[in-house]
Amino acid sequence: MTHAPWTRRALAAAAGTGLALSLAACSDAGADDGEVLVGLITKTETNPFFVKMKEGAEAAADEHGVTLQSFSGDYDGDNESQVQAVENLIAAGADGILVTPNDSEAIVPALDQARAAGIMVIALDTPTEPEDAVDATFATDNFLAGEYIGQWAAARFEAEGVEPRVAMLDLNPNQIAVDVARDQGFLQGLGVDIADPGQIGDEDDDRIVGHDVTEGAEEGGRTAMENLLQRDPDINLVYTINEPAAAGAYEALNAAGVAEDVVIVSVDGGCPGVENVEGGLLGATSMQFPLDMAAQGVDAVVEYAASGRTPEPSEGLDFVDTGVELITDEPVDGVESQDSAWGLENCWG
Amino acid sequence: MTTSNTSRVPTSDPQPPPTVLTEDVRPPTLVDRAQRLLHAQATLGPAGVLLLTIVAFSVIAPNFLAPANISLILQQTAVIGTLALGQTLIILTMGIDLSVGSIMVLCSIVMGRLSADFGVPGPLALLVGLACGMACGLFNGLLVTRVKLPPFIVTLGSLNIFFALNLWFSRSETVRGTDMSQVLLWTGQVVTVGGMRLTYGSLLMLVICALLAYALHRTRWGRHVYATGDDREAARLAGVRVDRILLSVYAVAGLVYAVGAWILIGRIASASPQAGVMDNLDSITAVVLGGTSLFGGRGLIIGTVMGALIVGVCRNGLSLAGVDVLWQNFAVGVLVILAVSLDQWIRKARR
Repeated sequence: MTHAPWTRRALAAAAGTGLALSLAACSDAGADDGEVLVGLITKTETNPFFVKMKEGAEAAADEHGVTLQSFSGDYDGDNESQVQAVENLIAAGADGILVTPNDSEAIVPALDQARAAGIMVIALDTPTEPEDAVDATFATDNFLAGEYIGQWAAARFEAEGVEPRVAMLDLNPNQIAVDVARDQGFLQGLGVDIADPGQIGDEDDDRIVGHDVTEGAEEGGRTAMENLLQRDPDINLVYTINEPAAAGAYEALNAAGVAEDVVIVSVDGGCPGVENVEGGLLGATSMQFPLDMAAQGVDAVVEYAASGRTPEPSEGLDFVDTGVELITDEPVDGVESQDSAWGLENCWG
Repeated sequence: MTTSNTSRVPTSDPQPPPTVLTEDVRPPTLVDRAQRLLHAQATLGPAGVLLLTIVAFSVIAPNFLAPANISLILQQTAVIGTLALGQTLIILTMGIDLSVGSIMVLCSIVMGRLSADFGVPGPLALLVGLACGMACGLFNGLLVTRVKLPPFIVTLGSLNIFFALNLWFSRSETVRGTDMSQVLLWTGQVVTVGGMRLTYGSLLMLVICALLAYALHRTRWGRHVYATGDDREAARLAGVRVDRILLSVYAVAGLVYAVGAWILIGRIASASPQAGVMDNLDSITAVVLGGTSLFGGRGLIIGTVMGALIVGVCRNGLSLAGVDVLWQNFAVGVLVILAVSLDQWIRKARR
């Protein structure tokens, strides 16, 4: 797969803006008063990823001069609040709903109602089940995000002639889609036979020391890393589900006095994570673009309100890829990457 | 020991009339003796369970008994253990605190941001953070004593209030340790003793435990805390200023949670607005496994550290043995149910 997301995003944004400007005058679909209403429903108010998503949506809505109403679940996994938000948006006469489902299946009946009411629904970041319960999905290709850091690690270890001993720090025992995709993508990039790509931990490869879970947080990352190091002190490569978990893992390695000898890779592209790449704590991370994800979502609703057109998926994928970029200060041959300076200009959170 | 229960284990009861309580005439069996002993010595239960789990995992899991691993478990237990020490005080008064995690996160963010973003000197940032914990505790305590709301409801509400304040003050962003004063990170530093790598944070937990044990078992305040939890009305009639005791318990607990926040900062070398969200339940688990009764008035502070260690030993041991995480949760769940069953059984000890 070839990727030039930066230029493509710029083009998309320019096209979106142009469209919006040309169509603002003759917009007649959607809300009764003629104003375009966009609804945004995120997983939680707490996770910086969704905080940034909301900021991106607000900025895009301001730019287009449309109204944005934001909602979120109360906690990760809270479907009830999201269903209520959908109902409120239907009642308010929204033109489009951008939703990051807490429960990919349970949200579907509410979304069906919304679409029956003529509202375009776009899933952001997390697909629904089935995926065609929405008009489009705007998301990071999480498998690819994992594959990048896997390929980077493979090239690095090969160059040094060292056999990797891998610790896998995953999210939680639930095997949720994002967790599975990143984990399996990483292993594929590293050159491990991943067996069932929908199943974490079913590989049979001596290079993998073990899996543990982190809840995507510093404390969990530290504890998981400590326990895996006890199992095998020769670990030299650590995959982490996200950058907070990576920061925790680094603390454990540092406390054990082996931080210098171990490479940590991660996914997310949050600013603290990119700073850790710059500081050498993290070898590489795959950057997501939540601001763009939300901005493109708002663009799509504006276009739908004007023309009734819904977005087409990216080529070869069943969703609209909002881009992923490998960030590292130690580039390797054969894997395209950006340095941490670029990362700091484009990071979120 | 000042639990009122100890006095209820006399060695020479007058024989009850056989017609009324026939089963009481049989001589005490070994099980009866064990039951009485556990009733009299509240720490025996948790100590026994802790010993059993340690023995079991030293057989099952390689490297388990290495000094480095033992000290690791202590490090991993420090945050929850400290929170659970504060929680124990509240549960001893027949209360429950659901807001522990929120108070801790709020305090850690206050400490971290004051130091990193507002240029406040480390010791002052620490003091403000500790005061913040105490203030949160007082807030809960005032609602319990003045407005007479049940602790469950009060702390259910304040959980949300403190967590929202945390998100507002942190702007949902993590404060990096490298931006903070070294004073705040001190709890993460390590002293090596005979192969054991002890953090100041884990030692701090033990110090707090000792201080609270002294206060509970050697001071008038401690006796009043137990009396308040055992029978509030009786305590009031006996001259205990119940509301004052309760208020002080919530304030001290809040202060202890703030120390937990300090230990957390040292452990993860940052202050994260998302850390510790589930810690309210984990702290209650540690208290229960430590043999403190959820019905108030019975339990020892040292048991709580053992309770936290039991969880730590299980998770670490199962992880070393390569057991899937979902079975770690399963094991902790089984232990909690067993512990409460044991507590119920001990309470039925024959007088």
